Amino acid sequence: MHALADSLISIAFHGLAYGMILYAISVGLSVTMGLMGFVNLAHGVFAMAGGYLMITATQKLGLPWLPALAASCVAVALASAVLERTLYARLYRAGELEQVLFTIGLIFISVALARLAYGPLPQAAPLPEVLKGQIALGERQFPAYRVAVIASSAVLIAVLWAGLERTRWGAMVRAAVDNGPMAESVGINTRRLFTLTFALGSGLAALGGALGADLIAITPVYPFEQLVTFLIVVALGGLGTLRGPFLGALLIGLSDTAFKYAVPQFGAFFIYAATMALLLWRPRGLLGRA
Amino acid sequence: MPAARAATGYASAPGLRAAELLPWAAALVVFFAAPTYVPLGGYVLIIILFALSLDLILGYGGIVTLGHSAYFGLGAYAAGIFAVRVGGDPLAGLAAATAAAALFGLATGAVVLRTRGLALLMLTLAIASIVFEVANKWTEVTGGADGLSDVPVGPILGVFEFDFRGRTAFLYSLAVLAAGWWLVRTIVGSPFGVALAGTRENDVRMQAVGAPVYRRRLRAYTLSAALAGAAGALLTQTTQFVGLSTVSFELSGEILVMLVLGGSGRLYGAFVGPLVYIVARDYLAKQSPEYWTLGIGVLLVLIVLFARGGILGLADRALEALRGSRA
Repeated sequence: MHALADSLISIAFHGLAYGMILYAISVGLSVTMGLMGFVNLAHGVFAMAGGYLMITATQKLGLPWLPALAASCVAVALASAVLERTLYARLYRAGELEQVLFTIGLIFISVALARLAYGPLPQAAPLPEVLKGQIALGERQFPAYRVAVIASSAVLIAVLWAGLERTRWGAMVRAAVDNGPMAESVGINTRRLFTLTFALGSGLAALGGALGADLIAITPVYPFEQLVTFLIVVALGGLGTLRGPFLGALLIGLSDTAFKYAVPQFGAFFIYAATMALLLWRPRGLLGRA
Repeated sequence: MPAARAATGYASAPGLRAAELLPWAAALVVFFAAPTYVPLGGYVLIIILFALSLDLILGYGGIVTLGHSAYFGLGAYAAGIFAVRVGGDPLAGLAAATAAAALFGLATGAVVLRTRGLALLMLTLAIASIVFEVANKWTEVTGGADGLSDVPVGPILGVFEFDFRGRTAFLYSLAVLAAGWWLVRTIVGSPFGVALAGTRENDVRMQAVGAPVYRRRLRAYTLSAALAGAAGALLTQTTQFVGLSTVSFELSGEILVMLVLGGSGRLYGAFVGPLVYIVARDYLAKQSPEYWTLGIGVLLVLIVLFARGGILGLADRALEALRGSRA
């Protein structure tokens, strides 16, 4: 009985950490898909870029851990804003196929660049001493780093939700998701809003990629290998909301951890099967509106 | 754009134009004049059949899928398992694999085609992921990560043995491709094919004029899965090996890239794209895999931004410009 409780707590803890990382990475994807109707398969590129920049910032530039993290996220956000202005914006009106092909092209490019710059093997930035050990919560020991991941993600989520519900920017985003042309006609500059939101989403993905490097290893094929997971999170939760991908990320984080613990011989089979069933039941996701 | 693309739906009406014999003549030239390229050529023929199957649903049916390797891989594994467990007759194996892929296409298509947009994209991806996971984990049957090697393959019709120089394999693939090509060509020129192109252009309007959109799409999807399965079976039989790469997401992406590179929604785009892609890869990827990947990525972005008809679309435009300057 005690062993069962132990493994349940362990699954819940690691599943929660994984879910939080998935949420940080996927929330931007959900919002940009909801806002612009853009099928951005290359979203994982930003997460990978965050992970790699973190390695460069800590190892090559010798920055301390926290400033390195911040610098990586800001750099990715800025770069993504440039990409959005120059390339993505041209394809908002194009068909699904064009968007899919264009973003697959971006993935190819990023995979090649990452391999040229960092080599094919997985890499990780060193952790600060504070986050290395274990933390005792009650009678149990938990890895300090994952506790920090969960805690900082919780703060992030609170800030994001407050931002979307309480600020002027949040109100404009919600208006544009609900009805783009109407938002434009009441004077909201949707182009600028798109760029800002896109940059924010990419920055968050970079944060998720950098923070989650010990859960999802940073390799050049990251954007390809993780694409299915990120898309499942978004599709499960529903587009254009903050809560949707949160629910999706938690579901995937917990169930993936549980299934891989309980029936490793089936791999990710159940996740895909459950995703199929759910999408058939609700094609717009759990919290998506019809 | 839509008008031009709609027109290609009727372009391949029954009469055979001289230019349509070009691919077959080229294949025979390679076979007789360049024996060292026969093995690579045989592989190209198989991938052309796969691209052709995708063209039917993507180019003509307008169904964007990220999981077409599911059917290719299913056919490849079915042929491998059939050869190991039942017998090495290649035609029987090909028939079994094609039938298995068709059945799977019918079953999954009935599910996938009820949705649109992102959900459809996700469902195709999920199906391909499930097939991958099964192939990866069901080790006793599929060989898991090692795949099935030394798949036994008997002589075709009990007469033609497969040889080390890939000559039999080449002609075998060529014959099956020709059959697939004839089938697709007939379909897209038929009323059914024209109606299918109609669902691509505007499925709501097709529904409104009384066309059974869902049934048409499902029929095309099943056929496409069968052809993809046949291509997969050919790959297993001609290489005597089947592995996880046949069901990978990368392959689904690559076949999409090859088709669009040649030009989708036009029968011969499926011929040009794989040929250019595979030959270029054979040269460039050996020298520098990184720059090859980079180049493909840049090329894709450029195609989407500037040349949506692919190579054949560009050729059309160049021809039109030539005629225009003469007139």
